[in-house]
Amino acid sequence: MEENTRDNVDIKAWSKKGGAPTPKDFAHIKGWGADIDPENDPTYPMRNREKEDHGGYDWERPPLQPVNMEVLHSLERPNITAVFGTAMPPHGLSGQIRRFAFRYSEASYIHWLSLIMADRVNVVEGVIDDLKRGQVPNIYAEKGYKALWKHDRTGLFKKLAVGALVTTAAVALIARKAKD
Amino acid sequence: MLAVNYRGPYRIRADRDRPMPEILHPEDAIVRVTRTCICGSDLHLYHGLVPDTRVGATFGHEFIGVVEEIGPDVKKLKVGDQVIVPFNIACGKCTFCKQGLFANCHEANPEATAVGGVFGYSHTAGGFNGGQAEYARVPYADVGPMVIPPDLHPDDAVLLTDVVPTGYQAAEMGGIQPGDTVVVFGAGPIGIMAAKCSWLFGAGRVIVIDHVEYRLDFVRKYAQCEAYNFKSLEDPVAFIKKTTDSLGADVCIDAVGVDAAGSAMQTLTGKKLLMQAGAATALHWAINAVKKGGVVSIIGVYGPPANLVPIGSAMNKGVTIRTNQASVKRLLPRMIDHIQKGHLDPKAIITHHIPLEEVPDAYRIFNDKLDNCIKTVLIPPTARV
Ligand SMILES: NC(=O)c1ccc[n+]([C@@H]2O[C@H](COP(=O)([O-])OP(=O)(O)OC[C@H]3O[C@@H](n4cnc5c(N)ncnc54)[C@H](O)[C@@H]3O)[C@@H](O)[C@H]2O)c1
Ligand SMILES: [Zn+2]
Ligand SMILES: [Zn+2]
Repeated sequence: MEENTRDNVDIKAWSKKGGAPTPKDFAHIKGWGADIDPENDPTYPMRNREKEDHGGYDWERPPLQPVNMEVLHSLERPNITAVFGTAMPPHGLSGQIRRFAFRYSEASYIHWLSLIMADRVNVVEGVIDDLKRGQVPNIYAEKGYKALWKHDRTGLFKKLAVGALVTTAAVALIARKAKD
Repeated sequence: MLAVNYRGPYRIRADRDRPMPEILHPEDAIVRVTRTCICGSDLHLYHGLVPDTRVGATFGHEFIGVVEEIGPDVKKLKVGDQVIVPFNIACGKCTFCKQGLFANCHEANPEATAVGGVFGYSHTAGGFNGGQAEYARVPYADVGPMVIPPDLHPDDAVLLTDVVPTGYQAAEMGGIQPGDTVVVFGAGPIGIMAAKCSWLFGAGRVIVIDHVEYRLDFVRKYAQCEAYNFKSLEDPVAFIKKTTDSLGADVCIDAVGVDAAGSAMQTLTGKKLLMQAGAATALHWAINAVKKGGVVSIIGVYGPPANLVPIGSAMNKGVTIRTNQASVKRLLPRMIDHIQKGHLDPKAIITHHIPLEEVPDAYRIFNDKLDNCIKTVLIPPTARV
């Protein structure tokens, strides 16, 4: 493979010539200019006004996936889309927060901040679920610390040290509180 | 079956007891996954930055595989076909699909009208389980998926689900004209591909900015371009101005997105205090480094609710901003043509093939940029027998 183009092409030279570059100027780059298109300006994505762009929500919809679970939908649309994912329907406290979030539009900060909050609550629910199923989550494995051990030992030690520091601080704080 | 199980920020594992996907809609297919990648977009999920990412979800929007089962309305695909599955889920019937805006389909994601349907990308992108699994449910199977041409290497095929069309579209959205100077922020797979594709549109000069040295070395050779480390530049915007006769680049491409490094202020407000949706440092630089009247192409992902961007600079300079998720389906035939002609060599960016069982380590390696990682392919056990 060729190195740096700057050594091969005297860009200043062809720009001074006043013209645009030609494939000869870039013979070392396979496919240079293959897709040159003066029409690509303005470019994708563009509204295509010729097609039924003013028709509104009146296209022939695909068949509808049966809705046999709870699906939250944006209040900026009248319905559930013809297909939807069935991963993890809302449940528990996080589910309640998500339901609350969907009472607000996508333009609302409350909508998104509530969802982020629900995600954090959901993490705790996840640990409880794991424990209920008799599985203690192996956080070190889940965080890929084996790879850190192999490829970046100092990075791993730093992470562990920070973790230990935070725990020590928390324990100290709790101990102090308990004394008070 | 074996599938990725998200447990919370930075916590991910592969579990064997995940339920098998089923046909839930007449246009569905079930695909047995043979290769699936980890994408920079997955890192936004991994960091917990995408709202409505539910614990237990399976990630993965880049996968190829074999059709195992089809719904009654599937006509073009048949059982046994090897397929490329674009990351966008698209109906092919709505006004947006009809305009080639397959990333903006209106019938694939109930949860957010602003976002299309994407495999394994949280409920904000439709709540679909993804392809980092042995099997995946693929809706609208006649619309998106494409049978893999016989001469195409599977490692090239899996990069056609996202990276290649996405990098290409980044350059396309720049409206590059012959001789233009293009600056690409980010030397990840998307930035690398965007730099490479900029030449196809006749760029005269391509410059890539990142701070990971091995990636800069790679892109310099792979995309035959200039590449600079922003950590060793005092001010990347001033540097770009200086090297473009003080006018700025004709086109700036943001191939970084919400997880950018490089600005203490953006990192504090976006990643520590969560006052904005991640750090928009690269976009900030792109808007400031582009020439007056130039184009900023945003291919890096940004999410809700909002980001701090210098809109005043864009306004005063008359900058055009073009942006979208890639419309993979629209670009597939052209991309295959470029691969067959030898203009593009996607598989050369793959540095790691890792068994799906080792997914936590695979995410860690890609996330922390260990072991000179550029692009990682996961192989499920059912694909190895
Ligand atoms: N629009 C789409 O359709 C689409 C599709 C796929 C990926 N993406 C997005 O593209 C982006 C890149 O994806 P990727 O797979 O290459 O990810 P990646 O994480 O591998 O690469 C991002 C690169 O940006 C670099 N970087 C960080 N801060 C920077 C800064 N301020 N300036 C310059 N470089 C900086 C990082 O060091 C890294 O090398 C992500 O946001 C991803 O979500 C978009
Ligand atoms: Zn991707
Ligand atoms: Zn559609």
